[in-house]
Amino acid sequence: MYVAAKGGERAIEAAHRLLAHERRGDPSVPELTLAQIGEQLTLAVDRVMTEGSLYDRELAALAIKQARGDLIEAIFLLRAFRTTLPRFGASEPLDTSAMQMRRRISATFKDLPGGQILGPTFDYTHRLLDPELAAGEAPHPPSRAPSSDAAMPRVTDFLADDDLIERSPGADTDAAVGDLTQTPLEFPAGRDVRLQNLARGDEGFLLALGYSTQRGYGRTHPFAGEIRMGEVEVSFHAEEVGFAVPLGRITVTECQTVNQFQGSATEPPRFTRGYGLCFGHCERKAMAMALVDRALRTRELGQEINAPAQDEEFVLSHSDNVQATGFVEHLKLPHYVDFQAELGLLRKMRTEFDAAREPEATREAAE
Amino acid sequence: MNAQAYNFAYLDEQTKRMIRRAILKAVAVPGYQVPFASREMPMPYGWGTGGVQVTAAVLGPDDVLKVIDQGSDDTTNAVSIRKFFAKTAGVATTTRTEDATVIQTRHRIPEAQLTEDQILVFQVPIPEPLRFLEPRETETRRMHALADYGVMHVKLYEDIARHGHIATTYAYPVKVADRYVMDPSPTPKFDNPKMDNCPALQLFGAGREKRIYAIPPYTSVVSLDFEDHPFEPYRQDAPCALCGATDSYLDEVIMDDRGSRMFVCSDSDYCASRRDAAAPAEQAGAAHDA
Repeated sequence: MYVAAKGGERAIEAAHRLLAHERRGDPSVPELTLAQIGEQLTLAVDRVMTEGSLYDRELAALAIKQARGDLIEAIFLLRAFRTTLPRFGASEPLDTSAMQMRRRISATFKDLPGGQILGPTFDYTHRLLDPELAAGEAPHPPSRAPSSDAAMPRVTDFLADDDLIERSPGADTDAAVGDLTQTPLEFPAGRDVRLQNLARGDEGFLLALGYSTQRGYGRTHPFAGEIRMGEVEVSFHAEEVGFAVPLGRITVTECQTVNQFQGSATEPPRFTRGYGLCFGHCERKAMAMALVDRALRTRELGQEINAPAQDEEFVLSHSDNVQATGFVEHLKLPHYVDFQAELGLLRKMRTEFDAAREPEATREAAE
Repeated sequence: MNAQAYNFAYLDEQTKRMIRRAILKAVAVPGYQVPFASREMPMPYGWGTGGVQVTAAVLGPDDVLKVIDQGSDDTTNAVSIRKFFAKTAGVATTTRTEDATVIQTRHRIPEAQLTEDQILVFQVPIPEPLRFLEPRETETRRMHALADYGVMHVKLYEDIARHGHIATTYAYPVKVADRYVMDPSPTPKFDNPKMDNCPALQLFGAGREKRIYAIPPYTSVVSLDFEDHPFEPYRQDAPCALCGATDSYLDEVIMDDRGSRMFVCSDSDYCASRRDAAAPAEQAGAAHDA
């Protein structure tokens, strides 16, 4: 009986076999392929790539399959693989104004150069369950328009031309890009590290924090200046050849918020920015990220910090769902020896408590 | 993907060098929490990723590794970590404390006296001893820099004022080499005296919090207390039901639903070797739980 209280090697192996069995489900149902996940659960793949911070659709699909659809577990699998990869360096900054646009909307201007492109969106769909989809259906082919290679300026650039919005902070091109997977997080964190942290951060956590700023906990008066999604080129400066070499194209979603700002002692009144960027089509995440990015600039803009979303240490220390899930779930590990110590203290305190409540006479007699 | 796809002991050599540099700094400044670029590991945060990274960085092909959790080699997470290194590093493993050169532990220090040839690696969840008194890292780092530990003494004093004694039973704060206040990881305070003047190198790894700290061999480690309320290690008032030890930390095992219980050594190797030594002839009957 005593031995049974401890887990064993055989128990672990049996549990893992059972897990694999449950993952497969009913063997009479065809097994999922990575291509099916990659093609039909695209937004799950996008989220896993974003928070797993590795752009690889096939590995993300494998992670989702292996994790039985648990996206945080899939993110964890992808991160644990990513961490073993060699680092060659950092790419050149992405030029999202040269994006091959699949979606581009602005909530601040009715029309604008380049126009509004709705693209593949759930927006304006009626959320009615579709029985025809349950049976499987071949959708109508989408309408097509000639694609344009012309650069599409960002909405915030129009405002910047009139100095009505702060300049995008220019990065110091000589300084190395911060990377919190290579250097531990320090406070105050620079903009690069903050954005990296938020890009890897849990969508649900950022969503709730962004939402809280809208409900008055650190209001930032945001407008969705622009949301764009499409393909951008990634290039890498190769020392050997002396110029930037294109590596390929990736899909990203970018959100820039335009936030009202009354000005402070040091800053003139003008709009300020919040920025969000994710792999693939992760619009909710990009918007939440932009809201939280702006909220975290409270101190920098000379405003008072009084809400959770404005508190850099609080937000950046708790945004990572791989860290969070690990530590929450570690409570499942045995804590026998600490619990035993607590039990000992509790028994001692109970004895003292009971002794103190005994009648005076009994206690004197005892002494 | 198989084990061969990975470097010796999983981590790449560059990462190990980075961790070793952090360890050297930690050894040079005993008790000081050195930030390091903790990697994502294939086991969850909070399950020993810090200890695993430290072990991976100090492990060589000739090392003999022992892994314990709650004092036992047979708890699930200890089994899992031991298998991880057996697979990725191919090192020999053991459950015998005296045979091990590297011991990774969660929540306990072995009962057997450690030697100069051994390294004890602790898994640490929250490395900051002041964290529950001051949640901000920026603030606690400043407090350590100034050796501003008044708040900790106030906490211990308030315990005494309220309960008559210090109500911290594990992760009991210590002062290392008369300078830094350090969290010994959630070991029961019974184990604190073993850290003092220990011949083995003691390394502490906190993966999620990205900190490494160390106690070099033969360093003074003092549990915080007051002259009129000296530190007292707690031990259950019973001998081990299996080996009869009266000097070991005990696990309480509930025997049935009528509340009967027994106490047995938490250190399974200590218990087994005592039983082996006491009754070599009866060995067949004694359950060796390692």
